[in-house]
Amino acid sequence: MAVPILKQARYLIATIQSALTDEDLLTLQATLVEKVGRFRSRGVIIDVTALDVLDSFASRTLRDLANIIRLRGAETVIVGVQPEVAFAMVQLGITLEKVPTALDLEEGLAYLDKKLQHVPAEP
Amino acid sequence: MDTDAASSHRIPASTFLRELVEHLREHRTELREEWARRITEAKLLTAMSDAEIFAEATSVYDNYVEALETGTFEALQTYSRNLSERIIPRGVETHEVIGIVLLLRDVLARSLFAKHQGDFRMLNRVLDAYEPAANRIANTVAVGFVQERERIIREQQEAIRELSTPVLQVRERLLILPMIGIIDPQRARQLTEQLLRGIRANRARVVVIDITGVAAMDSHVANHLVQTVEASRLLGATVIVTGLSPEIAQTLVKIGVDLGKMNTVGDLQGGIEEAERLLGYKVTPSSDDHPRSSGLRDGS
Repeated sequence: MAVPILKQARYLIATIQSALTDEDLLTLQATLVEKVGRFRSRGVIIDVTALDVLDSFASRTLRDLANIIRLRGAETVIVGVQPEVAFAMVQLGITLEKVPTALDLEEGLAYLDKKLQHVPAEP
Repeated sequence: MDTDAASSHRIPASTFLRELVEHLREHRTELREEWARRITEAKLLTAMSDAEIFAEATSVYDNYVEALETGTFEALQTYSRNLSERIIPRGVETHEVIGIVLLLRDVLARSLFAKHQGDFRMLNRVLDAYEPAANRIANTVAVGFVQERERIIREQQEAIRELSTPVLQVRERLLILPMIGIIDPQRARQLTEQLLRGIRANRARVVVIDITGVAAMDSHVANHLVQTVEASRLLGATVIVTGLSPEIAQTLVKIGVDLGKMNTVGDLQGGIEEAERLLGYKVTPSSDDHPRSSGLRDGS
């Protein structure tokens, strides 16, 4: 299941629309890393609003993704974690440690704008 | 109904039971009066007036005899719970209910003794028929009473839980969750769920959890707190924990809670100030020396 990825100025927005297999997650990882390089993006927002479940593999993959993307010069923000999903995750000890999170797309964009204030605007 | 004792006799126990029930119905008035008298003597049901006692005694007596007669106890169980619902708010205690049932049992047994004192074998058979049923009745009434009490306690617990987990919005994007009282696992769970829903509904960026009113902090409560902080973070909210007493602070350190995961401030006032700072509010005194908060500095 391909995840739609939109480009918005210097940001990429990936909206996950249904449960992803482990394979899909790895594909997403590769695609985002490639696109960050191609578009010289400064920020990536991954929207998980539609996910009912975030298991340890998904969490690890997202964490790795954030680290890889950071190495390529971009910040990642995970948005849209549902209350029930958040609750289940902490009970199982799954955390998105060190990966910034925000409530939704709007908050995610605000976070990136603030975080990247020092980055010169695109000419 | 237990009929094993009767199976070895040629005459079924039901015959004796029928006779017994007839006797109890015949002498209903006097037995009921004696029972009511003994209740008052034993200083039971002091929360109720004599007239009330007599009225309830009548119902209980009739239900008792009916249960003896039919050998079924569902009706009695229902009656017992209804009765309990009525008398528990009046302050009637468990020992009183069990006491009066046992008194009735005794009153009726003695009446049977009196009737059959001339015929030992007959008395035996009647008692064989009476005893198991009487035991079952006492049991049914007592259990009905206790179940009703437990139901009330559960309801009250639920009410307390709901009352004491308010999530309050005090500023744009700022929620306060005052935790008060005893935090059991169920309540901790409810608190976390309520908070997460509140964060989403109010689009909160900062949450101040005040634990000044928390009765005791053990590793379970501490873990719930940490989980709440982590879950809130997943929704993009920063949590500030305030109101840690010196004792609780010591406990947390001893338990080995990872305090790096928690942003703490001594008291609620300090916590709100820190929250406002995080949100970009600035509080400045106005000209007449009363501090008033001026709007936001960064866009929200």
